[in-house]
Amino acid sequence: MIKVTNLSKKFGELAVLKGIDFEVKQGEIVVIIGPSGTGKSTLLRCLNYLETPTTGIINIGPVKVDVAHANNKSITQLRQQSSFVFQNYALFANKTALENVAEGLLTVWKEPKQQAFATSKKILEQVGLGDKINHYPVQLSGGQQQRVGIARAMAAKGEVILFDEPTSALDPEWVDEVLAVMKQLAQGQQTMIVVTHEMQFAREIADKIIFMEDGHIVEQGSAEQMFTAPKSERTRAFLARATK
Amino acid sequence: MNFDFIYTLELFPILLKYLGVTMQMALLGFVFALIIALCVAVIRVFSVPVLNQASIVFISFFRGTPLLVQLFLLYYGLPQLMPWLVGMDAFTAAVIGLSLHFSAYMAESIRAAILGVDRSQMEASLSIGMTKLQAMRRIILPQAARVASPSLMNYFIDMIKSTSLAFTLGVAEIMSKAQMEASSSFKFFESFVAVAIVYWVVVVIFTQLQHRLETHLNRAYVK
Repeated sequence: MIKVTNLSKKFGELAVLKGIDFEVKQGEIVVIIGPSGTGKSTLLRCLNYLETPTTGIINIGPVKVDVAHANNKSITQLRQQSSFVFQNYALFANKTALENVAEGLLTVWKEPKQQAFATSKKILEQVGLGDKINHYPVQLSGGQQQRVGIARAMAAKGEVILFDEPTSALDPEWVDEVLAVMKQLAQGQQTMIVVTHEMQFAREIADKIIFMEDGHIVEQGSAEQMFTAPKSERTRAFLARATK
Repeated sequence: MNFDFIYTLELFPILLKYLGVTMQMALLGFVFALIIALCVAVIRVFSVPVLNQASIVFISFFRGTPLLVQLFLLYYGLPQLMPWLVGMDAFTAAVIGLSLHFSAYMAESIRAAILGVDRSQMEASLSIGMTKLQAMRRIILPQAARVASPSLMNYFIDMIKSTSLAFTLGVAEIMSKAQMEASSSFKFFESFVAVAIVYWVVVVIFTQLQHRLETHLNRAYVK
C-alpha cells in the first residue's frame, strides 16, 4: 500500500534522512517516535512532498514517484494519495470550518457544492463539531481547530493520513479530545502514519512503531514488542526516558 | 477679497457633467492596473524565469519616471515611432498610461501581501492535493486581498486625482472644464475651488466604501 525505498533528504550539506525504507499496509497505524531533530517530521513531509526528497522512491496506493524523475503532475498525484495534519493546524484562515473541510472536494475533486458540503458536514459531526460548522478558525479553540484539521484530512480521499505531532502545539486541556478523534479514526481502519511524543497514546493505537534516530530507522516492530522488549539499546534508552 | 460664491455654486452642475469621464478613466484604469499588477505580482512571487526579470524592469521604469512623462511618451511620442498608434484617442492613452503607471506600484503591494500570508496556508493547500495556482486563487490571494486592500485603495484614490493630468492630453474631464471656465471668466480661484471640492467629495465617498469593504474582508478574523 505504502512503500518507501531509500528515501534521503539533505538540506544543503546537512543530511537529515539517510536512506529510509519502510512499508505500511492498508489500515495499519504506524507511529514514528524518536528524539527531536532526527528527521521524523521531515520524513512525513517528504511523503506529502512538502519537502522535496533528495533521492528515493515513494509509492502510495496506485502512484509511484521516483524522486529522480518527479514532475509537477506526478507530485500532485502523489499528494492526492495522502493528506496531512499539521502541528499548528494550518486551517485556511479565510474559510469556515465547513469550507475548510469542503475545499479539497470542491477544488481538487470538482464535486458539486451541495454534495461537498453535505459530506463535509457529516465528517465534522464525526469529529464532534457539528455545531461549529460556520465558525472561522479564529473563533475555535486549539483542540477544535485541530479536529477541523483532521476532518479536512479525512475529506481529502487520500489512502493515508499523515499526522505531524498533532497535539504538540495544544494546551494540555485540548490534547485528549484530539487523541480521542484519532483513536476513533484508527478503529475505523483508516491508514495512518503518526509522528508523536505521546508515548502512552502510541502504545495504545499503533500496529507498528518505528524508532528513528539521526536520520535512520533504528528499529521497528509491534507496539508490544517495542515497549516491552526492544532489540536496540538506543530504543530501550529512549523509551525508558520518554515513558518515565 | 471678493469670492463669487454664486459663480462657484453654478459651476458644480457644469463640472459634474464631466465627472463621468473622470470616473470612467479612474475605474477602467484601476481595473486594468489591478489585472496587470496581479499578474506581475504572481510572476514575481513564483520567480518565473524571464518574465520575472521583465517585471523588475517594468516596475523600475514605471515607478522611476513621472506619470506626466509617461503620458506624453505614450500619446505624443510613441505614435512617431509606431504609426499605427496615431489614431489612438486621448482618453484611451490616458487609461493605458494610468493603468501601467499604477500597476507598477500595486504589483509591489500585492506581492508584499502575498508574501505576508503564512507559509502554512500554501502547504495546507498542497497537502490536500491542490495545485499551486489553485492554492493561489482559492486561499492565498483572498487572504492577501485583505492585507493589500488599504494600500490598493490608496492607489485608487491617487488614481482618481491623477486623471486630472489627462487634461494635458486634451481629454475633456473635470479639470479641463474647470480650466476652460476659469480662463473665460477669469475667476480662477472660484473655478479651482469648485473642482477641488468635487475631487474631495468623490474621494470621501470612496473612502466610505473602503471601510465597508474592509469590514467585509475582516469577517473571518473577528472573534
